[in-house]
Amino acid sequence: MIRQAARRSSLFVVALAAVAATWELYKVVGPETGGEVFGWAILPKSNDRVMPHTWEMIAEFFDSETRGTPLVWQAVLGYAWFTFRLALFGLFVGTVVGVGLAILMARFRVMERGLLPYVIASQTVPLIALAPQIATIAGNWGLPRWAWVSILGAFLAFFPISIAMLKGLSSAPDAAVELMDSYAASWWTTLVKLRLPASMGYLVPGMKLAATASVIGVIVSEISTGLAGGIGRATLQYAAKATSEPAQVYTALIGAGALGLLLYGFVVAMEFALMRNRPQEATG
Amino acid sequence: MTEHAVAINGASMVFNPGSVGQLEALRDIDLDIAAGDFVSLIGPSGCGKSTLLRLIANLLAPTAGDVLVNGKSAAQARVDQDYGMAFQQSGLFDWRSVRKNIELPLELKGWDKKRRAERSAEMLELVQLSEFGDHRPWELSGGMQQRIAIARALASHPPLLLMDEPFGALDEMTREHMQSELLRICAAADTTVVFVTHSIPEAVYLSNRVVVMSPRPGQITDVVDVDLGVARDDDTREDETFYKKITEVREALRGAELGETVRRVDDR
Repeated sequence: MIRQAARRSSLFVVALAAVAATWELYKVVGPETGGEVFGWAILPKSNDRVMPHTWEMIAEFFDSETRGTPLVWQAVLGYAWFTFRLALFGLFVGTVVGVGLAILMARFRVMERGLLPYVIASQTVPLIALAPQIATIAGNWGLPRWAWVSILGAFLAFFPISIAMLKGLSSAPDAAVELMDSYAASWWTTLVKLRLPASMGYLVPGMKLAATASVIGVIVSEISTGLAGGIGRATLQYAAKATSEPAQVYTALIGAGALGLLLYGFVVAMEFALMRNRPQEATG
Repeated sequence: MTEHAVAINGASMVFNPGSVGQLEALRDIDLDIAAGDFVSLIGPSGCGKSTLLRLIANLLAPTAGDVLVNGKSAAQARVDQDYGMAFQQSGLFDWRSVRKNIELPLELKGWDKKRRAERSAEMLELVQLSEFGDHRPWELSGGMQQRIAIARALASHPPLLLMDEPFGALDEMTREHMQSELLRICAAADTTVVFVTHSIPEAVYLSNRVVVMSPRPGQITDVVDVDLGVARDDDTREDETFYKKITEVREALRGAELGETVRRVDDR
């Protein structure tokens, strides 16, 4: 277990080094002002304003954010923590709603036919347009601003969970279902004793997708509603300073990536707790 | 008069009646099973033997006729958990320990923790797997899993045990061992058994009555009485009576098949 963890983290470091090396290599060989391949302008500019050196990014973490303020790494950590909490709450709400919807759809076939199209359609509504609308509604209800930004994370998170659980709730083997029937167990009892535990192998991958979706939802909503304090707004602020401090925006991007990993890691820890007594299967 | 453990009277079963997929699975079944009997249902695939077992279990309701279990309606018997059931797939829950699997029917009956623990310990002892109570089912062999499934089926001491090819997925050696185990367990628990199988030696070895069925529609064509004595062991399998009965059941099955062919010709 520990050896495996060590192997994984060393692989992560190797991959990170490979990405950094590729970045630097492109800066050496890539065109300063961008370029074309067969007439398509796809080669990015390799100058220091667009692609700062990796060591400049690292150095940027130890610079102060603006004059007389804490260091950038402290600031980014604060932003990431702020966004992490919103995304975690969003994941939690998304899981409750997603599982609830799946149970409703599994219980009443008519619900599946009626609800599923809306569940799917909800995911293609552009979040960036929806966020201010929801902000206005939630503002009228007197909800704190972080709550509805978080709910927009839940808005993206519930989808993979309800789809996964819809499948998971019907995954119990026929013999097990017949067994519960032979005990004259109610639908509810069968759900609690059999269908829910049997669906955990589906819930976990659904939550892994939902974890990153929740982070995206929260960051996009921070930006489109202008909520300050999180990594979304910080990315915008840093990007605005790209001319004078081109490396700073990358610190925010790294922060956003790290918080996504953290939330994903949270789900993996949960998986470990839930599945430790199950047969060993390869899970993604 | 002793009450029948199972009394089936003119039961028929038609799936999807009136539609293109209409299938007559059982026609006009009459079968009485006395308490303490071990009855096997045998026949080729599609003869409706599993369907008949599900009528007794009230997992299916007959389209005609009636089924009584322990003198009451099959539906009431199911609610009262008057029977335990075991399938070809053991159907044990991966997320529960062996002990908790055995306690499942007791939990659903609302037994308290202490009483459940006592009973599951007793059942583990009965199937001789006491030291495996805290294991997970998937850590055990197929034969052990099937013994746990039988322990679960008998946990609430039901008077009737319904089994649907419970040893079908086991290898021959394990299978013979399990058959002897089953006889021992059922004698100890004083249980009536209805046992679905498509193995002739298995049916003959276990039963005191072998019910022979034919397909399309499923009907009872013959009932072969077997008396190999209470104490059966590996020697019984070499016994002359054993072979005689196997031949008898085989001929009854052939007759059923022949009858079917004749019926098919008649249909034309």
